[in-house]
Formats: sequence, structure tokens, C-alpha cells
Amino acid sequence: MDDLLREFLTETSESLDTVDNQLVRFEQEPNNAKILDNIFRLVHTIKGTCGFLGLPRLEALAHAAETLMGKFRDGMPVTGEAVTLILTTIDRIKDLLAQLEANESEPEGEDRDLISELEAMVERGMAAMAAGAAPPPLVPAAPAAPPAAPAVTQGSLIDQTLERPLRPGEVSLDELERAFRETAIETPPAHEKAPEPKAAAPAPKAEPAKVEAKAEPKAEAPKKAARAKANADGEVHESDKVANQSIRVNVDTLEHLMTMVSELVLTRNQLLEIARRNEDTEFKVPLQRLSNVTAELQEGVMKTRMQPIGNAWQKLPRIVRDLATELGKQIELEMHGADTELDRQVLDLIKDPLTHMVRNSADHGLETPAERAASGKAEQGTIRLSAYHEGGHIIICIADNGRGLNTERIKAKAVANGLVTEAELEKMTEAQIHKFIFEPGFSTAAAVTSVSGRGVGMDVVRTNIDQIGGTIDIKSVAGEGSSVTIKIPLTLAIVSALIVEAGGDRFAIPQLAVVELVRARANSEHRIERIKDTAVLRLRNKLLPLMHLKKLLKIDDGSSTDPENGFIVVTQVGNQTFGIVVDCVFHTEEIVVKPMSTKLRHIDMFSGNTILGDGAVIMIIDPNGIAKALGAAGSASQAVADEHAAHHAVGGEQLTSLLVFRAGTAQPKAVPLALVTRLEEIAADKIEISNGRYMVQYRDQLMPLVQMEGVSVQTTGSQPILVFADETRAMGLVVDEIIDIVEERLHIQVSGAKDGILGSAVIKGQATEVIDVGHFLPMAFADWFIRKEMATEAQTQSVLLVDDSPFFRNMLAPVLKSAGYKVRTAASAIEGLATLRSGHTFDIVVTDIEMPEMNGFEFAEAIRSDQNLNQLPVIAVSSLVSPAAIERGRQAGLYDYIAKFDRPGLIAALKEQIEERARAEANRRAA
Amino acid sequence: MSSKIEATDGAASEFVTAVIGGQLFGLPISRVQDVFMPERVTRVPLSSAEIAGVLNLRGRIVTVIDMRARLGLARADDGKPPMAVGVDLRGESYGLLIDQIGEVLRLPEASREENPVNLDPRMAKFAGGVHRLDGQLMVVLDVDRVLELLPKAAIAA
Repeated sequence: MDDLLREFLTETSESLDTVDNQLVRFEQEPNNAKILDNIFRLVHTIKGTCGFLGLPRLEALAHAAETLMGKFRDGMPVTGEAVTLILTTIDRIKDLLAQLEANESEPEGEDRDLISELEAMVERGMAAMAAGAAPPPLVPAAPAAPPAAPAVTQGSLIDQTLERPLRPGEVSLDELERAFRETAIETPPAHEKAPEPKAAAPAPKAEPAKVEAKAEPKAEAPKKAARAKANADGEVHESDKVANQSIRVNVDTLEHLMTMVSELVLTRNQLLEIARRNEDTEFKVPLQRLSNVTAELQEGVMKTRMQPIGNAWQKLPRIVRDLATELGKQIELEMHGADTELDRQVLDLIKDPLTHMVRNSADHGLETPAERAASGKAEQGTIRLSAYHEGGHIIICIADNGRGLNTERIKAKAVANGLVTEAELEKMTEAQIHKFIFEPGFSTAAAVTSVSGRGVGMDVVRTNIDQIGGTIDIKSVAGEGSSVTIKIPLTLAIVSALIVEAGGDRFAIPQLAVVELVRARANSEHRIERIKDTAVLRLRNKLLPLMHLKKLLKIDDGSSTDPENGFIVVTQVGNQTFGIVVDCVFHTEEIVVKPMSTKLRHIDMFSGNTILGDGAVIMIIDPNGIAKALGAAGSASQAVADEHAAHHAVGGEQLTSLLVFRAGTAQPKAVPLALVTRLEEIAADKIEISNGRYMVQYRDQLMPLVQMEGVSVQTTGSQPILVFADETRAMGLVVDEIIDIVEERLHIQVSGAKDGILGSAVIKGQATEVIDVGHFLPMAFADWFIRKEMATEAQTQSVLLVDDSPFFRNMLAPVLKSAGYKVRTAASAIEGLATLRSGHTFDIVVTDIEMPEMNGFEFAEAIRSDQNLNQLPVIAVSSLVSPAAIERGRQAGLYDYIAKFDRPGLIAALKEQIEERARAEANRRAA
Repeated sequence: MSSKIEATDGAASEFVTAVIGGQLFGLPISRVQDVFMPERVTRVPLSSAEIAGVLNLRGRIVTVIDMRARLGLARADDGKPPMAVGVDLRGESYGLLIDQIGEVLRLPEASREENPVNLDPRMAKFAGGVHRLDGQLMVVLDVDRVLELLPKAAIAA
């Protein structure tokens, strides 16, 4: 294809996308003269270029659209109808362009239909204006704009005869624009001809990120004279030009550049190695310089590949607007985190899935205004797109507040498609059923609309996401809406990694997952201990499960490792924190992540491999894989573990670390490890009896010991105890034997009839009693939960506590009650919402974050969007405390975000909130 | 040796020959990217025994396949450093570990015979026919089948 034509096609299609968006914005803000100017300019440029290239059909269409928009500038009222007409015209132009691209010539035919409609619209507009007895111009900035505009138009037109495509304010979506194109200059003559700064400025101002002046697309074409003129112009505006300049580069070129830079890095590192061996060579200084330059080069090349995700969202406002019109719905599109950057390649791959999902939300998810009103929702539905970074991944969420997935229909369809039997369905959770929509050929839309429902939907989305190693998950609550979360790894990026050694080999652990490094030594505060076969580390009064990397990777070389010493990489994945024991820690290094060979990709301990500075290839550890293995470790049977891991993966359910012990009965008992401060073995002779109670001197304090029913305190040897402590005091729970630490989904099945037992759960295949720590704490200190500062709180404050885990409901409810609050509990966000809407009034809501069906963030958002409840403060308690989660919480409108076991923190936050409200109330009364 | 086999009808194929466990193999020359001495092979924990590891060949990460293991032969014990034949499959680079590299032979298509029925089944799996040479058989190695290392097989192993 002709270079010139190709240039024209790329640029025009980019311009048209921008016009789409601008028009949607313009419809919402018809008084914004800047937007109008922008659109006008773009369409005008298209028209001009078409004329130059001899594309009469396109030119005629663009001309008609331009005329109509010109009338807007003259004050013609902006109607939805008119905007739709222009959008239709733009679609036609796009069609023509597509055919032009395919056939390299403008298709036959004409567009009289559209053009006459456009003309009719102009006439009607003129008539309306005339009738409206000199209506005030709708564009307030008009006094400034019109003088500028004709100048622009005229300027360009004159130039067209000389040197066609000077395109003021041309817009490109790509950050990489052409620059080095012979001597061609893009400086718009408007700069000279329209002296008002406005003429030059409006475009960049309205769209600072996107507007770029274009270089000459048909560099070969212009006559010499014209070129000379352009040069002259160029000199005058050299500074503007440089500021606006960008170039377009083929991705393959960048890819190649990246490889070359990697090579350069390796060579540099080899040179440095040689220089280190030969002290005092004269190479040293230039090498240092080379090293720095290489590092900068590497960074620069990486940067060229990154693009804000907003680029993939460009088309969505237009799509949503069209859908809203077509479907008769009111839809608001919210976009958060558009500047989150990700690799260009990844971006290209998720563009279509995103569009598809937004269409789905608009078409299937959101209800019609009438339906929404009937179910007590605001008539306008919302689709919310958000993107943010979390632990080396990008999370993209598409949520709507529509009707949610129709579980019944999915069930029926799944059975009809033979994916599952009725009997199997019975056993599945809603979340599992919802996952069927990712199966091929699965569309539950009763009617196939022009929008979606063609059955090539979510499976394609999932395939695309799978391709880039991402995961996709859907959550839906009937009547409240649904949300799709996509998690994409940054596998193509350079990451900072910690280089460690285990079993004689080096490995890279992504720095993002690493919390800290601990050197464990016997007899120090940090030492590795063992509970049965599970290694744990005491770290700041917490017990951390440990994994030996070489055992995990089955590369134990048998060399004697000191069981109590070692380097521990404390790692966090989601809400799981654990230690990876390695033989040696070297340094951190910026590594280029290379994907694993397809033959090795099944090993989930590795996320990729990389070439180190010395040229060696090493594996990059995937902390997620380790975390998965952690759930499986400690189990004797690998089969059970695999099943467990699979279950975990499928259900996506929460694992809780549980300490299993024996006390009193033969049946094992368990307590969440997070609640236990320490495990101790105390010499029996240290145990004293004071005032009829067992006591032990512990860390310079007298610590009371509490026995569980049927447990007798040892008189000889050592006595294992579980220590529970908060900042001021500690108590010891006497047990017979500590058995194990396991990761298990805590699902309490039978509620306990006995005091001190919450209920029974199956843990590692054995029925286990889960103890209620809240029952034992007051046995040591009767006032454990009752603090002075809480007792005086008004008794009338009522709290709604939402947590899916009965354990935490049972643990937190007494804490809150004893602090003087009236507490009502709900086992899910949906139940919580129902309670809130049932007319009970609450002063504050305390909610868990990780819950099935609807999580705490979504719950908070639901409360925020409810007219009656939006003043209600929400405090989140979660074991997932990360900056990203806190940020997410802030977006969702949470009042505070507290770690799950931070009892004092929760009480303080409640107190603070209630005081704040009281103050506000007082102020309001005073006013 | 090769001169004795005249290409009579023009349909001839060229093979890079290699010895693995005493047996002569021929790899279609069009599939062979390069021949190199594998250096600094990094083993990949948890991978199947047939994968010797990965190495850096001029900035590309190459997955090294242990052909002896792939063919079910015992480990080499002559202490000689192995060689590797570089092949590409769907954009990924592989190195096939062999004992010794031989000359390039041009053999007429017509002289290729079906796999003998009594060929070791492990070898037959990867053999795309045999050529009778002077005093020995050259087994044509089907590179695609050699690289059909399914991750599933690795898990089962």
C-alpha cells in the first residue's frame, strides 16, 4: 500500500476515535467551546486530507458533518439527535476507511442519505435559531472562539492548495509519533494566521496527553517551494514543535531494541567483572560511565513499552453512550485509575475483552430505568471501571450495579449444554455456577441483541486473558450487580528481584512480594522452631509458617543445614504471610523477566526465568505458587494436598492458619494461629499456685494459666501452653500437646454446645473442635474485654457486624458488646444490606473484606449508593492490609480500615467515629 | 562415505548426523539452527527428567532436552562433554543434547525406509524412517515428536 495512504488511514482512524469521545463529552457539556473547537478541527482535517488524496466520497461526508458542527459553533442548540447523526456519519466514515484499507481505493457509491440528513439538520437548526429571535450563542466563549476559528479554517484551506496537509491540532492516540520525516514540518499555519493564543492553545489544553502536532504524512509529495515555506514556518515555531513531538515506532523495532539492550547489559556486566579482577585499569572510569548509560538506556526502552490503561478505555464512553441510547437505559461510566501503566502488548490483548465486558454490563447487567425504579434503585445505572497495581499484578475491575447474573438461567443453560448434571449442580455454590459463563458458547441472554448475546463472549474473554497469564473472576449478587476482576501479571516488565541461593542454585524472588529479610539464629529472638514437622519463626510475637525452598523444589542436596539458623525471606501474598528459608541471600538485581518455555510453564513455583548479569539463567520464584504449596505442606498425603489446593483454587475460599492441639479429650482442638501470640513450653517446676490459680512468671510478669476442661497441669517435665496477649497482659492456655499447624478453610459445621467451643470443623480430615478464645480470656482477667475508656460510651450506639466467618462473628461480637455497643451480626454482605434496608437503624457498620458473593468493598459501595444509607460510616476489618487494599477501601468510601486482629484499633476507630458524629451533630444543632 | 550414495532422482535431503548412545541419528538440516557446546546449564527443579535445564545462548533462553533420557537410554559415563543441536519450535528455542556431532549427509529420499518393526519402541516413537548407510543405520529423528514433551507427562513422571 502507498505509504501516504497508510499514514492517512492510521492517523484518521485514531482521530476518529478521539472525535467519538469528544462528541460524547460535548453532548454532556454543550457549552464547552474548547471541546467543540477540537472536534471541528479534527473533522476539518479529515476533510482536508481526503480532498488532497482524492477521496471525494469521504470528503463529502466529512464536509457535511463539518457544516453541521460549524452551526453548533454559531450557536445552534446541541441536541442528542444531532450528535447521534454526527456519530453515525463518523461510523460511515470508518466503514469507508475500512474498505479503503482493504481495497486501496475508495468504494463505489454515495452517501446522499446521510448527507441530506445532515443538511436537513442544519436547516432545522438554522430555522430554530432564526425563530428564537436572536438567541444568545450557546457557546459562552464564542466571542473569542469564532474569530479564531475562521482563521484556522481559512489558513488551512489556503495551504491545502500549496502544501496540503498542515493539520492543526491533529490528535493521535499513540505516544509514539513520527518526528524524523524528512524536513516536513507540522506547524499549523494557524499559529501565524490566528494571532490569538487561543487558536494554538485550545487543543493541547483540552487534551494535553493526546494532542500532538503531526509531521508531514506525504513528505514525498510537496513541491520544493512548499517545503521551503514549511521550513521557514518550522524555524519560527521550533519550540512548540519540540514540545509536541513524538514519533511512531513499530513494536517489533522496540522489541528488538529491548533484546539488544538486554545483551548490552550482559556485556556491560561482563566487562565490569573483568575490571573488578584487574584493579587500577584505565578502563575503570569509562566503564562506570558505560554502566550508567546502559542502565538509563534500559530504563528508557522499558518506558517506551508502557502505556496507560486509559488508552484501552478510549472507545468506551462512545460505546456506552450508543448502548444507552439503543437500549433506552441511563448509564454512567466511571473510570478510575486510567493512568495505571502496563505493557503495550498486554494492553492490546485486553482491549477487546474489556470492551466486551463493558457491553455485557450495559446490555445484560443494567436494568431499564423503569425496572431500576421498581426495585428501589436510582434510575441511572453505573458501570465502574477501575485499574490499579497490586503486588506485581494489575487488577482491572469492571463492575455494574445492575441485576446481577441470573443463577437459575445459568444452571439451566449449563445442564442444557451438558456441562454439568443436575446432581452436580446441587452441590455447587453460586460462585461456582457463575463461572460457567466462561465456558464456550455460553450466552444466557434470552434474546440475541445487536449488542451482545451472540454466545461468543466470556469464553473469548477468558482465552485472551489466559494467553497473557492472567486470571479472571466474576462475582455477582442478585439485584445488586456483578463485577468481573481481571488480574494480569506484569510478566513482560523488568522487575526488581532478590537473588537467593538454595540447594546450590540461585533463584530470583520478586522484590514486590518480599516484606523483609530475617537472619534466624539459635538463641536469638528470631529462631526457627518446629511444631511437629512444621517449621515456624517467631517474629515480633507472631508465629510465621516457614517453607524451605530447597525442599519445596526437591533439590535438597543433603548438605547439613542448621535447623535453627537460616536466612528467611518474609513474603506476603494476598493476606498470607510466610517465610521462605534459603541458604544464602545475595543482592537485589533488576531482572528482565522472560517467559518460561511452554514445556516448563506447568511448574507453578516459577513465574518465569531471567538471565543474570553473569550470563547464567535462573528461575524466578512465583510467590503465589509457594503460597499454594504452603496450604498443602504439613500434610502427609500429597493427594489430599493436591485436592485441597485444587479446591482452594476453584472455590477461591479463604484459608486460615490453624494451630491444632490436644487438650482434655482425644479429639483434636484448633485455634486460628493469628490469635495465638506465642507457643511456649514451660518447665513444670516454674508453675506456681497463687490464690488458687496457676501462675507462671513470664517475661517479668505473672501470667495466669487457664486450663481447658479435662486438662491437668503437668507436674514434671515441661508444660506446653498457648500464650494470648495484648499490649499489657498475657494469659496462658494449658494444653496437653501441640500437634500441628495447618492451612484450612475454616468452615465451622456444628456449633458448639459446650462453653469455650465455637463448634466443630473438619481439619485435615479429622473432626476438630475450634475453641472460642473469647471464652477463656476473661477467665484469666475478668475485665479482659472491658476497658475503662469504653465503659462510659453511650449504650445506645448500635453496630452491624458483617462477617462470613462464624468464628470472627463470634469473636468480635463479644468484644464489641463488652465495649458497650449493641451488636447485630450478619453472615454476608447481602444479609447485611437486607438488615440495613429492613428499617433497623445502625450507627456504624463493621465489615469483613474477604467475603464470598459480595466483598466488603462492594458492600461499602452498595451502602454509599443507597440514598437512605449513604451517611452510614463503614469500618472494614480485614486480614488483608496492604496499601492497595487501603486505597481500594478509600475509593469504596470506607471510614477506616483495620487489621482483623487489632482489637484495640477497632475499638479506637469506633470511638473516634462516634465522637466525630457527635461533634458533627452538635455543630449542626449549634448552627 | 556420503559420496557413495548418489542422488539419482534429485529428491534428496540433507541431514546433520549425531550419535546418541552409540546410535547414529540424522536431523533434517532445515530444522537445525546451530550446534553448540552447552555451557552453564541451569537445572529446572520440578521439571521432568528429560529436561536437562535451561541455558543462555546469545541472550536467548534455550530449553535443553536430554536426548538420552528422552530415548530412555542410560546416562553417558564416558566423561566427554555433550554437544547440543539447536532447534526452534513455535518461536521457542531448544537444545537437544547429543553425545557427538557428525558430518552432514545428503541422502536421496528414495533410500529412506520405513522404521524396522523391531526398532526399540522408545526410539521408534521419534523415528521418521531409517537410511541404510555403510555398515550402519541412520535413524531420521522427528524433531517435532521429540519436542512433544507434554507438561502432563512431566507431572505424571
